Amino acid sequence: MFILCVAVGTAFAGCKKGSGDTVKIGAIFAVTGGASYLGSPEARTAQMLVDEINDKGGINGKQVELVIKDSEGNPEKAISFAKQLIEEEKVFAIIGPSTSGETMKIKSLCEESKMLLISCAAAEIIVNPVAKYVFKTPQKDSHVARMIFETMKKKGIAKIGIISDNTGFGAAGKEQLEKIAPEYGVAVLISEVYNMKATDLTGVLAKLKGQNVQAVINWSIVPAQAIVAKNMKQIKFEVPLFQSHGFGNLKYAEEAGKAGDGIIFPVGRLLVADQLPDTNKQKVLLQKFKKDYESRFKEDVSAFGGYAYDALVLLFEGMKKAGVNDREKVRDAIEQLRDIPGTSGVFSLSPQDHNGLGMNSLVILTVKDGKFVPYEKLD
Amino acid sequence: MNPEQILQYILSGVTMGSVYAVTAIGFNIVYNTTGIINFAQGEFLMLGGMTAVTLAAFLPLPLAIACAVALTAGIGGLIDLVIIRRLKNPSVLMMIIVTIGLSILIRETALHVWDAKVRSLPFFTGSEVSSINILGAYISPQVLWVLGACAVIVTGLTVFFRSTTTGRSMRACSSDRMAASLCGIDVKSMVTLSFILSAAIGALAGCVISPITQTQYDSGTSLAIKGFTVAILGGLGNSMGAVAGGIIIGLLEAFSISILPLAYMDAMAIGIMILILFFRPSGLFARKGEAALKEH
Amino acid sequence: MKPRGYIPVAVLAAVLAAFQLLVSFTGQEFFLTQLTMSAYYVLAVMGLCLLMGYAGQISLGHAAFFAIGGYTAAVLGTFNAAPYQDGAVVRLLLKTGLASASDAATVHVSPWAALGLAVLLALAVSVVIGVPILRLRGHYLAMATLGFGLIVHRIVLGTHIFGEADGISDLPAFPLFAGLSVSGRPELRVSNYYIAWTIVVLGMALLLNLVNSRPGRALRAIHDNEEAARAMGVDTARYKLNVFVLSAVFTAVAGVFLTHFNAGIGPAEADVMKSVRYVAIVAVGGMANLWGALAMGLSLNYISLRGYLGSYDDAFFGAVLILIMIFAPEGLLNAERPRAILGQVKALAARMRKKGGEGGAP
Repeated sequence: MFILCVAVGTAFAGCKKGSGDTVKIGAIFAVTGGASYLGSPEARTAQMLVDEINDKGGINGKQVELVIKDSEGNPEKAISFAKQLIEEEKVFAIIGPSTSGETMKIKSLCEESKMLLISCAAAEIIVNPVAKYVFKTPQKDSHVARMIFETMKKKGIAKIGIISDNTGFGAAGKEQLEKIAPEYGVAVLISEVYNMKATDLTGVLAKLKGQNVQAVINWSIVPAQAIVAKNMKQIKFEVPLFQSHGFGNLKYAEEAGKAGDGIIFPVGRLLVADQLPDTNKQKVLLQKFKKDYESRFKEDVSAFGGYAYDALVLLFEGMKKAGVNDREKVRDAIEQLRDIPGTSGVFSLSPQDHNGLGMNSLVILTVKDGKFVPYEKLD
Repeated sequence: MNPEQILQYILSGVTMGSVYAVTAIGFNIVYNTTGIINFAQGEFLMLGGMTAVTLAAFLPLPLAIACAVALTAGIGGLIDLVIIRRLKNPSVLMMIIVTIGLSILIRETALHVWDAKVRSLPFFTGSEVSSINILGAYISPQVLWVLGACAVIVTGLTVFFRSTTTGRSMRACSSDRMAASLCGIDVKSMVTLSFILSAAIGALAGCVISPITQTQYDSGTSLAIKGFTVAILGGLGNSMGAVAGGIIIGLLEAFSISILPLAYMDAMAIGIMILILFFRPSGLFARKGEAALKEH
Repeated sequence: MKPRGYIPVAVLAAVLAAFQLLVSFTGQEFFLTQLTMSAYYVLAVMGLCLLMGYAGQISLGHAAFFAIGGYTAAVLGTFNAAPYQDGAVVRLLLKTGLASASDAATVHVSPWAALGLAVLLALAVSVVIGVPILRLRGHYLAMATLGFGLIVHRIVLGTHIFGEADGISDLPAFPLFAGLSVSGRPELRVSNYYIAWTIVVLGMALLLNLVNSRPGRALRAIHDNEEAARAMGVDTARYKLNVFVLSAVFTAVAGVFLTHFNAGIGPAEADVMKSVRYVAIVAVGGMANLWGALAMGLSLNYISLRGYLGSYDDAFFGAVLILIMIFAPEGLLNAERPRAILGQVKALAARMRKKGGEGGAP
């Protein structure tokens, strides 16, 4: 049996040997499994962008071949696939994985193999300390946390409660929030972690209410983002609710219904693309991404798909500058990219900064009548 | 803790408990007829919720729910006809494996038919923000719908199993298959009926809890786990016990929040289930002799 | 065990070596990576096979033991004991060579010590939960083991030192002896393939020996009919517990080695879906069939780890569970099966001949 499998595998590997005029790019996304809210839009976006570039004649005349692997969010699969992409498929670069846990498992591997990795996961440790071949596209959690605290400061909020879910996304956010709060004179009176599949959170919210906090920050993925909002209104816990950039999908606001009104959260400019002034560098790109994605996949665009978009934008920009043959040169070129508009912000990378997004990549939005509107004037 | 907060914990516990209870009841029907636990029961809740949400886009809510329940019931029946019946001399081990396989397959099919997104039905009365004030603490009106559904289902089932011929025949199948078939009961049809019934009840439960819990392709599994816990606590096969068990677990969880880190809340409920299994496998409310008969 | 029983083991070893030579010769050594990972999963599955197939006890929580092994190795292996250098435990470990200081600021516990601790932990946990759990039967046993698996998963997910949802990364290699070391580095691929499969082959020989001995026969008696076995004087409770503990240790050891090979571990290894996968593999392999578990553990994990199933990976395992139970409840690779089919064919042929004969004589 296994000899048969291996034989099949060998045959696969044999016929996949790329011809001379294509360049192969590997992608590891959690298309199914617990992190599919990330991986599914990422895989779709990546495929869309690659199709688009190929229709336009490819990069420097070479067609791009995208090899997407579904890791289901499992680190051991991410490791297996990364090795496969590097050694067998001999890809030019890898985009993904979707989660920080998976990225950290293959960070050293890519570094040692001198493989270009542009991660779509948010954790700061991916790029700090800087690894020569490893980049990431989402905004830093610390920037999101700072945006939240700056808004709180303006509102005169000094005592807060934090709740987060038990995913990697929630854990990383909680860590940054607790670390940065003192810098803004904000006291975290209570901090709780709940199961990502929790169905009712009135209990923990009652506990927060008992602490007389002036605001709540919820850092989680769906479905809890909407449940928290509903439950707060139900128990008449009338303090402002802040959410993370993970709230950036109109579906989530719809899910919260009337309870969503007044939620405040920092996010990239994608969701308010149409409301941006024409002078904004990202506007054209954002409107195009939104239109293309929504017409092709019949679903709302989200910030997560944008992470994959940006990974490919950085990679393609680097390849346009340095050609498609020499990975080292492309790496150097990516490190030198300045003022490149992406979906999450305008990227300016450097040898010390392998993310390239500043605080100004974020804007504060709020929900009004089931729609996202800017909390402050947009620029 | 002030009295208001204690009351709020109680109401939170009732909210969670009502969700668990309505989930747990479904397990009992198949168990009562066949003596097996259908590990795919949670998937019926998910299917009911998902179908109803899809249908609610172009049907009035009650009709959407009715159709979803009927569709899911049909799937439940098909599962028995196509899969369960084809098993030759199924052992308990085989049944566990098959129903786990079903649970995975239904879940993954739902992922590919719909997608990974969260959906929910609108609140039956009021909206996301409405709540009922009880002495300074609050509860969502939807919880009353869930409790109402629980009451209707439990009463209906009790009447059905005690007073109708079909219901009594179904119970007879569980106590002794051979004797039941000798008495002229069509055991096979009874099993099919029990799958249809449990799928229908699961789907209905999935619809009434959807506004509170929201529905996603993989929400069935985590609900099912809580459902098992509650069904075991109340005694397998005992619907009234399931409701009581649900409320007890809900209250325990709500109050554990005030002392334990929330991250371990689920572990606590499951720990209780294991302890019950060790020391009183018949559950809190079953008579010992009755349950001992069923310990295959 | 008769010497004859070892022949398949020797054949397995020969096939594995031949395969390595083949891929090395054709420059396709990358196939060995997933074969090495599969080997460790096979080790875990073999333990479960003993429990399910030979003692008839299901466990829906075996991934928990894998996680106990893996996380023990990962936590200790990445833990810097330097701040505790003056403590009695660390001093003892340093003195006995079970910890080493690469410089003044970093003191690491030896992977051997971690392995030992992982085994002890798996032993202790399996005894503590095994005594009450194994008194349960059927659904109750399934639910209790499922519950145990869930609790371990939640603890791993909710606890800071286990890295919560991100797990643990950058675990150093495990130097065994004579320059061999368990590590995922590409240049160590061939040696790691042999390390992994040597462990599997040794484990296989051990288990084969066990099932063909007196305790093995007692186990089969328990599987067939527990009451009868007890009546015949078999201490069923003790046998069941021993098998449970042994299978837990097998699985934990697999966890330790795969975690070193992958240089880290994540909570997915403790997930219930993983436990279900192990059960699926044992079922497909034919329950009481160690060779079946090995063959299926190897091929199914290999297919899955190479991503051949795309986004239908979980669905595939769900479908496998159902189809196997309907069409081949004795497993795909049951020794009786070809013989049974052959018997049916013969009987059919005989009937045809008879019928033909009747029809042919007017």
